[in-house]
Amino acid sequence: MAIIEVNDLYKIFGPNPKRAIPLTKQGMTKAEILKRTGCTVAINDATFSIEKQETFVVMGLSGSGKSTFIRCLNRLIPPTQGDILVDGENVATMDAERLRELRRYKMSMVFQHFGLLPHRNVLGNVEFGLEISGMEKSQRREKAQRAIELVGLDGYEESRTSELSGGMQQRVGLARALANDPEILLMDEAFSALDPLIRTQLQDELLELQAKMHKTVVFITHDLDEALKLGDRIAILGPDGRVRQIGTPEEILSRPADEYVKAFVQNVDRTKVITAGSAGGHVPSIIYPRDGVEAAIRVMERNNYSTVFVTDASRVLKGLITIDDAVSLRKAERQGAGKENIATILHDNVYTTLATTSISDLLTAAIKTNYPIAIVDEEGVFHGAVSRAAIIAEVSKSSDNSAVPVQLREINGSDHSREDE
Amino acid sequence: MNFREIVNIGGAFESVIDWLVDNMSWFFKGISTAISALLDGTTAALNFPPWFVMAIALTALAWWVAGRGVAIFTALGFFIIWYMGLWTLTMSTLGLVIASVIIALLIGIPVGIWASKKNVVWNVVRPVLDFMQTLPAFVYLIPAVLFFRLGPVPGVVATLIFSLPPAVRLTNLGIRQVPKEIKEAARSFGSTSRQILFKAELPVALATIMAGVNQTIMLALSMVVIAGMIGAGGLGNEVLRGITQLRIDLGFEGGIAIVILAIFLDRVTQALGNIAQKKR
Repeated sequence: MAIIEVNDLYKIFGPNPKRAIPLTKQGMTKAEILKRTGCTVAINDATFSIEKQETFVVMGLSGSGKSTFIRCLNRLIPPTQGDILVDGENVATMDAERLRELRRYKMSMVFQHFGLLPHRNVLGNVEFGLEISGMEKSQRREKAQRAIELVGLDGYEESRTSELSGGMQQRVGLARALANDPEILLMDEAFSALDPLIRTQLQDELLELQAKMHKTVVFITHDLDEALKLGDRIAILGPDGRVRQIGTPEEILSRPADEYVKAFVQNVDRTKVITAGSAGGHVPSIIYPRDGVEAAIRVMERNNYSTVFVTDASRVLKGLITIDDAVSLRKAERQGAGKENIATILHDNVYTTLATTSISDLLTAAIKTNYPIAIVDEEGVFHGAVSRAAIIAEVSKSSDNSAVPVQLREINGSDHSREDE
Repeated sequence: MNFREIVNIGGAFESVIDWLVDNMSWFFKGISTAISALLDGTTAALNFPPWFVMAIALTALAWWVAGRGVAIFTALGFFIIWYMGLWTLTMSTLGLVIASVIIALLIGIPVGIWASKKNVVWNVVRPVLDFMQTLPAFVYLIPAVLFFRLGPVPGVVATLIFSLPPAVRLTNLGIRQVPKEIKEAARSFGSTSRQILFKAELPVALATIMAGVNQTIMLALSMVVIAGMIGAGGLGNEVLRGITQLRIDLGFEGGIAIVILAIFLDRVTQALGNIAQKKR
């Protein structure tokens, strides 16, 4: 269900901004409109909806209006035209009282440069939002304390924020936003001011928190890798303030909507985004002890596989059988050695992975093993497999062709062919 | 008849003042009563304890706020003032300064806040402040005397006008310098304008505002001495006596007392500003 719906949103800065809207509809560029009217188009006809509990990333380069966009959502910047419906209520037209309530109870914001109050300690900063909404002291202390623990800042309650590192300061910002338990979390380039190591760490922590809390997160970034890592869906803003494409990370990578998005995603390391689940897929398996060696051979022959996975009745992975072992087992059976159990030929040295693991993390395993890698969930239930060939194919797809090594013979061979002509 | 007589700037000003004196005396009388009350209160409070109790109290304040060095200076300085027989005069000068500064801040800080919020207000206030600061201090004395007669009250009025500008300027500056993201953050959590002002802007701007308070106090002290010319009393009178009677000793002693008081006030208020700064 959509929690935020944005319809035909425009934000134009400058004198008499409404005048510029018809010009954008005529397809004039940002520069032309600026020259003609003195107005800057920041958001140009944005329409989309954000689902409950999803992480929606708005990604664009500087000047694409992404910071303006997120500020329209809680009306720190009033939109020029268009509707922003939060749970069906229009933020663009609500009165000041209602707007304050929305900001106090429903939406909290995390800022790029933290926006912390330098005269307050960590606890004082975290309880700021609760204090503003008029919560009494003991109650807000308790809630602030819980938020502080959530982001791993316990023990720093009395520290001055200026004594903390950037990463810690942003944790304070995050705790402040989480303290009043909002449904929606607005994060404006929240990790952009941090150094790369800390940034990765906070991204991971956000993912962890999100797995627990299921907030609706609107995350603004200029970093595509960050967008791909965090986003359930991503909206890409062009330099003209227009939304170019909205989709899941994989959709954006594999089917870029236009040249701009394509140029954007070209340099992305695909192997970090393509997951085991998407590169692999469902494969037939047999159930032990119900199925015997005949069933195993039949499955392999029909699918032209040299191996088959074996699960128990509740589909928990037991191991894998190869065609060679199965055939020799059948031979032994026919020579009168009696009914053999396939458990004797079951290999349990199979690599397993979660569906969400990225291809780049599977590469080492793919090189070490001769078998496909099984995809299981946390309970060990078998969901499919990804073959070594698929992993290597994905890796080679994402490598830059100009740098691919070429065999010496191929170079010489091409010389010969020229002589032959 | 020359041009100067047709458009007479000084004459026009004079007629405005005349009109005010004739028609607005009830207004000035009211102000005068209020200022007298405040002044009597502060002076009485300063002169109520015996000199050494007061000196110890001021030393303790200096120690607490500004540290040992300033405290030693304060103790020594106030002892010298007492030794020169200028204790009562110094306290009445301090009373004049405190009364003027209280009124200057009561006007200056709200105006500064208002000016920081509205560019229109700032554009109007700024030239007025420039005018107030560049007009020679003596010029204030004339209308002050006309409106309030002679005595300490016109002294306070002239002093507060002269010392008002830094309070307005630095309050305005301090609030304008509050980082945009802090204001946005406060707003994004649903603050009202009042909550933004009192919970975010004023605390963050406090150090700058304290610098303005310090300057206001120093300007007030310098003006209070000049106000001695219109009978404001205190150390100004002593210095004036030294000048008119060519008594170098009197003038020097009065001057020394003023310097001691000035250094004490400056160090203590600056230290208060530093505390505000350190809290960030």
